Amino acid sequence: MSTQVAPDGAAQGYRAHGTLAFTTEFRRQLTRRRTQLTLVLMALLPVVIFIAFSIGAGNGDDDDSGGAFALADFGTFGAANFTLFSLLVTSNFLIIVVVALFCGDTVAGEAQWGSLRYLLATPVPRGRLLAIKFSVGLTFSALAVVVLTAASLLVGFLAYGWEPLVAPLGGEIAANEALWRVLSVAGYLAVTMLVVAGLAFMLSVMTDAPLAAVGGAVLLHIMSNILNAITALGDLRDFLPTRYSQAWLGLLSEPIQYDEMVRGTVVSLVYATVFTIIAFARFNRKDVTS
Amino acid sequence: MRDWVRRRRRWLTLGLVVVVLAAGGFVWWTVSAAPPHTTEDLRIAVGTDEPAELDARLFIPDRVPAPAVLLAHGFGGTKESMTESAEDLVAQGYVVLTYTARGFGSSGGLIHLNAPQYEVADASELLDYLAERDEVSQDAPGDPRVAAVGGSYGGALSLLLAGYDDRVDAIVSQITWHSLAESLFPNYSDQADPAAYDGVFKSAWAGVFYATGLAPSGMMGPAPDESNEDGDESFPAPDNRPAGVDPACGRWAPDMCAMYQEIATTGRLSDNARALLDASSPSSVVSMIEAPTLLIQGQADTLFDLGQADANARGIINAPVQVAWYSGGHDATGTASDQERIDHLTLQWLNHYLRGEGDEPGEDFTFSRVGGVTSRRSDLGTQGLTRDTYPGVSGTEDPLTLDTVDEVVQPVASPPSGTPAALSSLPSLGQLSTLAGDAGFGADIPGQFAMAETAPVDAAVDIVGSPEVSLRVASPTGEAVLFVKLYDVDSSGRATLSNGLIAPVRLDDLPTDIADADEVTVTLPGIVHRLEPGHHLRIVVASADQSYTGPVEPVQYTVAMPSQISLPQTTYSPLPSQNQVWMTALWVVLVALPVLGLSAWAIARVRHRRLDRSVDEATADTPLVVRGLRKVYGDGYVAVDGVDFTVKRGQVVGLLGPNGAGKTTTLRVLMGLLQPTEGHMRVFGHKVTPGAPVLSRLGALVEGPGLLPHLSGMDNLRLYWRATGRPESEAELEKVVEIADLGDRIHRKVRKYSHGMKQRIAIAQAMLGLPELLVLDEPTDGLDPPQIAEMRRVLYNYASDGRAVLVSSHLLAEVEQACTHVVVMSRGRVVGHGEVKDVIGSGGRLEDAFLELVE
Repeated sequence: MSTQVAPDGAAQGYRAHGTLAFTTEFRRQLTRRRTQLTLVLMALLPVVIFIAFSIGAGNGDDDDSGGAFALADFGTFGAANFTLFSLLVTSNFLIIVVVALFCGDTVAGEAQWGSLRYLLATPVPRGRLLAIKFSVGLTFSALAVVVLTAASLLVGFLAYGWEPLVAPLGGEIAANEALWRVLSVAGYLAVTMLVVAGLAFMLSVMTDAPLAAVGGAVLLHIMSNILNAITALGDLRDFLPTRYSQAWLGLLSEPIQYDEMVRGTVVSLVYATVFTIIAFARFNRKDVTS
Repeated sequence: MRDWVRRRRRWLTLGLVVVVLAAGGFVWWTVSAAPPHTTEDLRIAVGTDEPAELDARLFIPDRVPAPAVLLAHGFGGTKESMTESAEDLVAQGYVVLTYTARGFGSSGGLIHLNAPQYEVADASELLDYLAERDEVSQDAPGDPRVAAVGGSYGGALSLLLAGYDDRVDAIVSQITWHSLAESLFPNYSDQADPAAYDGVFKSAWAGVFYATGLAPSGMMGPAPDESNEDGDESFPAPDNRPAGVDPACGRWAPDMCAMYQEIATTGRLSDNARALLDASSPSSVVSMIEAPTLLIQGQADTLFDLGQADANARGIINAPVQVAWYSGGHDATGTASDQERIDHLTLQWLNHYLRGEGDEPGEDFTFSRVGGVTSRRSDLGTQGLTRDTYPGVSGTEDPLTLDTVDEVVQPVASPPSGTPAALSSLPSLGQLSTLAGDAGFGADIPGQFAMAETAPVDAAVDIVGSPEVSLRVASPTGEAVLFVKLYDVDSSGRATLSNGLIAPVRLDDLPTDIADADEVTVTLPGIVHRLEPGHHLRIVVASADQSYTGPVEPVQYTVAMPSQISLPQTTYSPLPSQNQVWMTALWVVLVALPVLGLSAWAIARVRHRRLDRSVDEATADTPLVVRGLRKVYGDGYVAVDGVDFTVKRGQVVGLLGPNGAGKTTTLRVLMGLLQPTEGHMRVFGHKVTPGAPVLSRLGALVEGPGLLPHLSGMDNLRLYWRATGRPESEAELEKVVEIADLGDRIHRKVRKYSHGMKQRIAIAQAMLGLPELLVLDEPTDGLDPPQIAEMRRVLYNYASDGRAVLVSSHLLAEVEQACTHVVVMSRGRVVGHGEVKDVIGSGGRLEDAFLELVE
């Protein structure tokens, strides 16, 4: 029998940083029906919205709800407006759930299957396991946003044409300029979603139940939204992770208002970093009993 | 003590979060909490003509002497409405005196509308009072170092005070008037004669003021401006009301009351009224002001437009003047970023001119343009803009002219008593009417207006200042009252009137035939507006407006609409973001994150290298040595306590024991899943730690299979091997599949497998790469008898070429038949070990020996 071993006692061909490659984990997750369905849903959602708009076009009554949600009235103006509308309706809940799913299920789901212990005994170093799993989770989350945006742009283009973006409070933005505005909106949304991703990932490390991780992240996010709605809290709300979740509206202004997005980006990154650090610190010391 | 240690780790994470939150809260609290100060409530007697006691409050910072700020409230306010501003200033180290002007709140006296011998003289006496206070820095005996600060009514007072009393060292005057006559009787045409002023009566606003003076509770403060303006609180004690109060005049002084009743009845400005209003106007004193003056005017102000501040700025010739515009005014609060800018400018002004701190503020002009919305949904967003000098309302460049599509001559009917009429703005609700545009309640009444439009613009046009139009008017009476409005109309036809601002004009000596009419130039109120590409301008000349008093008799004018609009152009640059702290924070975060990531990676590498990788030479060829292993779980349960045993090459060792004996815990430590509390394990001489490389020479099945249910058995095996990162050739996949006898079903999805099939896939997974130490926990679970028999053979063969197998089980027969050696565990301890035949003893059965051992 072979006795070729490395000085550190590893079997031939084993290198710690060669275990669980990004592509391997990507394939492990991509082959899941849940992942595929979510991405397909993201691609189909714009079509569903388009159909809803088409059916509703005949009997829509013109109540001007004003403010940001007047975006709904502008949804059929062109590809850019259509995409903005898709992003708006999904950013409140759907994208949050999707991101929580991709980042919250990744470790807890593995624990539930029982495969986590075999990966750790391979051995995949714990830090590496987390790093790879989080990057894959983030990649799929980003992919969901990209698919949604791309599909919305495509459906919007085919259905309503390549028109200038009509901002809810007046003002038009030329179509080509509008493209990068809409892409920036998607980008800013993705940044704010880092909070959900970090939170879900942290919970995923702490529990063996994927539902607890995903649900917990969504729940805490909603709670932050509720607190944000309580104006009596005053300046304390500035520290809520969801405080600046609507700051992308600044991209619809002329000129663009970056201030709130800068704040939102800082707050999101800080929260996401804290959650991620806690996740790593916890997992490195944890007794894995799943 | 031990309990505490055990609990500690469990709560460590939560504790960490709480500590971070608490630390953040503490920092927030210390930063936001105002430094200590004391307040004194005072009654200060003032006046000789009409003696009165003023209700006042002195805010004293903890470090004195300090310069003082006299903070005057807006119309209808009291000292209480200035408390928030006062606290902001006292926190900056100023002594602040707030007071309720005569005629308001619980102060005595009557309202003389900032008359020099009353309200202005009162303020002078308050300066005398400040001169007597030790806490206030003094320029000379009787001359305190003091700034006059206020908004609206208080803003005019600060200008008037500085005009009459040269002890004032600095002025910050917000949203106030230059000429009250001009503001209440505006006439935006070039026919207006400043000396004999006579415009169109701004009845809605005047009525608001009059009512405020009638109602002692001052229910209608003119401005909803929160930061530096008047509020609603005013609760006068009944005995403060002068006896025999006239119900028609309330707390108004008789001359003021009579003046209002006269102008409201006639809708015209008499000489007497003009004299009274002019005495109360900074226009009478600006040329004498020698105190540096900061003028802040609102862009959303239908009461005192930008032109009023412009006139004040041009009038003050003996002192430095800085002008700033913001998105608020008497009709709006202004955006948060604008409020921050104003607070910053105010403080900068006071710090320099009262304390000599900071560079001279200079003439830098700042303003803002409304555009879009921010996340605080109801709030409009503003873009801060700046230039190095104040441009005035007529612009710095040549004006841009836009032609109207065609020249229109139209009849315009003026309704009797001015009703019905369009509603351009409601006092203090200007922004509402902006949004409603002509689609809402502000609609122009058909027949009562003439209209001309420009072509849509190709590129954005910025308007900073007062647009101008020229029109011709004919009237059968020779007179006309008209209202000129400039709408921004978007491509869908939605029209908006910037801040509800309109230009009333009163014209005299008009011909009856339009052909004879001369051109009249109308200079509209100053605005800051961007005409977006695709939008166009619409000029409307209407005959009546609900906010103004027009002629009573119906009449029909003829209006020749202007052929072009002249738009003031001003060069400017964006104001550097007020968000500097956050911008810095963003950069810090963006730099810190990669640094953090890299250093975490580096630390991990270093720690990885420094790990004890020493090989115990004596056991370097022994698959497994367990010495003194003890594991205590977080909840205090001792699962394994002092376990010793050895697995040598060629052995199939059975780990035997009842449920809860500690078998699984031992195997979990062996896989690097659990950290031993004491003792250690060595695999081929290498200490087992989580993630130790030597684990790659070990294959395991512990506590059931762990497979991805959505993949086939074969894909599971392939992906698992891929995760090890080792070459595919070493997996020995074919051989393992054959050994585990997996058959065709290996290509079906795992979730459709039977328990036994899953178990066999898991065993195959453990065998991948044919590890030198194979660890199997209850391997026969779910297998049928022939498969169990086959398994025994497999295990025996597996160990025959120098490999070793560790099998844990609670099935005695299985261990007896498959194993060469046995380790018997009970309650976390090893109670017997050796060759199977030795443990059984002569002729007995394993079961008997086992029961004996675990007793």
